[in-house]
Amino acid sequence: MSLKPEFTRLLDWIPEGARVLDLGCGSADLLAYLMKHKGVQGVGLEMDPVSIIASIANGVDVIQADLNDINLVNMFGEGAFDVVLTTQTLQSMQRPDYLIDSMLRIGKRAIVTFPNFGYWRNRLQLMSGGKMPVSDSLPYQWYDTPNTHLCTFADFETFCQERNIYILEQRVLGNAWGAEWFPNLLGEVALYHIEKGIGSH
Amino acid sequence: MTTVALSESNAPASVGVVTPETLVIHDPLTLTCGAVLPSYQLIYETYGRLNDQASNAVLICHALSGDHHAAGYHREDDKTPGWWDHYIGPGKAIDTNVFFVVGVNNIGSCRGSTGPASINPATQQPYGPDFPMVTCADWVVTQAKLADHLGIDQWAAVVGGSLGGMQVQQWAIDFPARLKHAVIIASAPRLSAQNIAFNEVARQAIMTDPEFHGGHFLANNTIPKQGLMLARMLGHLTYLSDDLMGQKFGRELRSGHLKYSYDVEFQVESYLRYQGEKFATKSNFDANSYLLMTKALDYFDPALEHNDDLVAAYAPIEAQALVVAFTTDWRFSPERSLEMVKALRQAGKRVVYAEVESTHGHDAFLLPNTYYEQVFATYMKRVAVECAL
Repeated sequence: MSLKPEFTRLLDWIPEGARVLDLGCGSADLLAYLMKHKGVQGVGLEMDPVSIIASIANGVDVIQADLNDINLVNMFGEGAFDVVLTTQTLQSMQRPDYLIDSMLRIGKRAIVTFPNFGYWRNRLQLMSGGKMPVSDSLPYQWYDTPNTHLCTFADFETFCQERNIYILEQRVLGNAWGAEWFPNLLGEVALYHIEKGIGSH
Repeated sequence: MTTVALSESNAPASVGVVTPETLVIHDPLTLTCGAVLPSYQLIYETYGRLNDQASNAVLICHALSGDHHAAGYHREDDKTPGWWDHYIGPGKAIDTNVFFVVGVNNIGSCRGSTGPASINPATQQPYGPDFPMVTCADWVVTQAKLADHLGIDQWAAVVGGSLGGMQVQQWAIDFPARLKHAVIIASAPRLSAQNIAFNEVARQAIMTDPEFHGGHFLANNTIPKQGLMLARMLGHLTYLSDDLMGQKFGRELRSGHLKYSYDVEFQVESYLRYQGEKFATKSNFDANSYLLMTKALDYFDPALEHNDDLVAAYAPIEAQALVVAFTTDWRFSPERSLEMVKALRQAGKRVVYAEVESTHGHDAFLLPNTYYEQVFATYMKRVAVECAL
């Protein structure tokens, strides 16, 4: 099984044998990989029926639920997981802030990935054409996009600071040379490894 | 003339004509209520072939008015197949090319296993109302005896919907090592007050029928037809969804105009009366059995002896679980299934949960539905892989 580049970039953030919850797990390719190669105890949350079938076929324990409705803390309890991750889902949530708060309550650490709205191509499309950006990482038109809460590296870091969320590490996905140095401009996808800041318990 | 050879097909098929078998157990059975059955009979059916390791066996637990006849036909000219024929057979969700499937009628019922209509050896009369109360816990003990008889130490899966799903939970709690997978469909960890209330109305309908004779109707050569009919009408309407009844009947009139009388005015009244009447006259369902089945539903509550802590009740479970609920099922709603999922997770168990879109209410678990079939079939394939079948 070959993993998406985004997934391979975050593998080392997940310890061997960890209890892992993937929110919006899709076909659960990542969880299946982690279960096989890292011996994790994986659980996925997903609401799309086609993805649920694929997850079951992948041997993953998937729970069908709408992330906008489910009370994660009530369902799983505080500290139930070592790692709670959500890839490319945050931006389509009704309240991303509530989700991150729940993730850091049910998990010791969290991993979040999202398309960087500050990516230079997005800025260029908006600035030169005056139109909402459409790209590989943002493939939708303004009227049909599920991405109602897009943000940039800079926005996310401000958010973490305000909420006393500690950023263990930040990574960038993007082909542009220099993306590591100027993520907000050159990074296409943002990857964050976070935990609750000290004193926020 | 040319002949066309019929090719082997993977298309879903019927298990064909099946013949029930019976097992008489002479070990006395002490029931949850304290009563003892000195001996009892179980009627059951099997589909598919038990492999040499006896590792491919699947038990089907039936619901309130169900029985051992889950799939196939009893005679070539039978009009309707077993109650879960859509999901059991060659190439179906529970694939009889892979699994050895066992359907069993529960004691207290009236389809061939010992129940209120059976002869009480002590009196040589039908047990009638003297048949003791039975619970899910009692049933799984008898089902385990059947497993022993068939040489099955461990089920690949125990599967059931509604009251059947309660037996599946009971199996997983009481005999943790004897099942690898628990498939719990359209069920609940216990009935709500509203559900118990519906059952009580059904029971009162039967017990207040003058033909009930305190349960001794058989000795009086009669049956409480009116009571059974009312009980079934109530049950039936609660198994349907408001949406579906709206779609199916709306306010359509039986005769095209209002009569301002207590005769049937609306189609929905006619439909319910027909369903009730059919059950009361054609199904030959014993009224005492109906009472017992509703009580078994009411009594099921594994958390009771753990201070209402379902997580503690589920602690002994070793099986992995599949839980399925249906969106318009308001008697066993998705919220009830999520209670089970939550408790299973918090007890550290493995669980898959699917919520199936359907307009059919509680009945959905018996009916064709593409997504439900795919979830069920994909999970059972996983069971087959894990059991190395």
